[in-house]
Amino acid sequence: MATSNEIIRVEHVCKTFDGGIKALDDCSLTIGQGEVVSIIGPSGSGKSTMLRCLNLLEVPTSGKVIVDGVDITADKVDLDKHRRKMGMVFQHFNLFPNMTVKRNITLAPVRLKLKSRAEAEADAMRLLDRIGLADKADAYPSMLSGGQKQRIAIVRALAMQPEVMLFDEPTSALDPEMVGEVLDVMKELALAGMTMVVVTHEMGFAREVGDRVIFMDSGKIVEVNTPSELFDHPQHERTRLFLSKIL
Amino acid sequence: MWWSNLFKNMSSASFFNFSFLPKYAAFFVQGVEYTLLLAVVSVALAVLPALLLALMRLSKSKLIRGLSGAYIAVFRSTPLLVQLSIIYFGLFGVINIPRYSLFGFVDLSRFIPGVVALALNSSAYVAEIFRAGILAVDAGQMEAARSLGLSKFDGMQLVVLPQAIKNVLPALANEIITMVKESSICSTLGMAELMFGAKAVASSTYITLAPYTLAALIYFCINFPASKAIEAIERRMRRGDKQ
Repeated sequence: MATSNEIIRVEHVCKTFDGGIKALDDCSLTIGQGEVVSIIGPSGSGKSTMLRCLNLLEVPTSGKVIVDGVDITADKVDLDKHRRKMGMVFQHFNLFPNMTVKRNITLAPVRLKLKSRAEAEADAMRLLDRIGLADKADAYPSMLSGGQKQRIAIVRALAMQPEVMLFDEPTSALDPEMVGEVLDVMKELALAGMTMVVVTHEMGFAREVGDRVIFMDSGKIVEVNTPSELFDHPQHERTRLFLSKIL
Repeated sequence: MWWSNLFKNMSSASFFNFSFLPKYAAFFVQGVEYTLLLAVVSVALAVLPALLLALMRLSKSKLIRGLSGAYIAVFRSTPLLVQLSIIYFGLFGVINIPRYSLFGFVDLSRFIPGVVALALNSSAYVAEIFRAGILAVDAGQMEAARSLGLSKFDGMQLVVLPQAIKNVLPALANEIITMVKESSICSTLGMAELMFGAKAVASSTYITLAPYTLAALIYFCINFPASKAIEAIERRMRRGDKQ
């Protein structure tokens, strides 16, 4: 559950894209160790941009992102080192199509010399076993279903032993019958105490698994609350409107 | 030879007066070898500089992008014959290459300047091929690599480039075909490739047209099947890519 031990703090982050579109407008939030935070909101509200600012895949135009007490938006920060601590799962999986499943998982840990190849492969097999896909270790991504790809993408991120996992609409590109298997893996992760930030349209997941829910609209954080409060007693008109449309 | 009679009554300006063949066939055989050597070696030499140029072109730094862009612009906007002449008389007027002969008919003092010119020219075109190939790889691939903590360099080397190279192989093979044709320009500087062979035969036999017809036939018989083969491979690769 939410503790006061914060791991990520976002301070007054703004992001304006080259075309002049303001994707984030003065957003601040904190995320505690072991917390599961869902970000919901209409499309184009800046949810994904917010998430991508957390590991600086998107560089904020202004504001600070502080991870483990270090401002990662400062110059001369070793971003690569910080990104190792933050696993990321993408909407479109982004598995490396030219590598086997096992190589997808072991590439970064071996390349970055965090593990020997043998260790990395043993870890990969253990992780694959946990999600029931050990038999796919030598398969290529093109041979897998969307649900399998996404579960492997999660495992690939986990192989770096991250402190935080970021999920960018992890089930949006999946056929409906495959959503469940991915959400199950995510639930298991949450129960194991992983700190998670999840951009999602799965309100069931946000309500059931999340400690807090952030509602965003037009680049602003409109409302932050526990799932039951936010879903059952939304404080803002815009939250109410959004929820009335999707629930 | 029995077929020598076929050409008996042909005029020296006839398209198909191949009566020179028994005596001069070696000119064409060596010419083809020289041409293929020029094309393959120059494209092979162009690959690494082209990759560098392509990566520079995709750099964040305006200066680096500009340098690469300028190189590509210069080599694509001036004729190869002019480039060849400048490199041959300018660059290799200063650098002296010993008159060593490779395989008995490839004179290095001419071959090396030729290959250098073709490679410099080709690298501008291949750079654009690589750039397109790199851009064709989904941006999510680099993002995934970066999110795992890999550096930009690692992401490029381990994830993006292997996928890009596979995409550009057909275009690269096409570049060799282009070079087989373009290298005919090297005949003007006395490199004994196919076109040079045809010229030599024409001037020593006074058969003015047929040597060139034969050269055309040979160029066609190399390039047409090769381009068809590349198309077939391309089609198969596209099928393999479908997920």
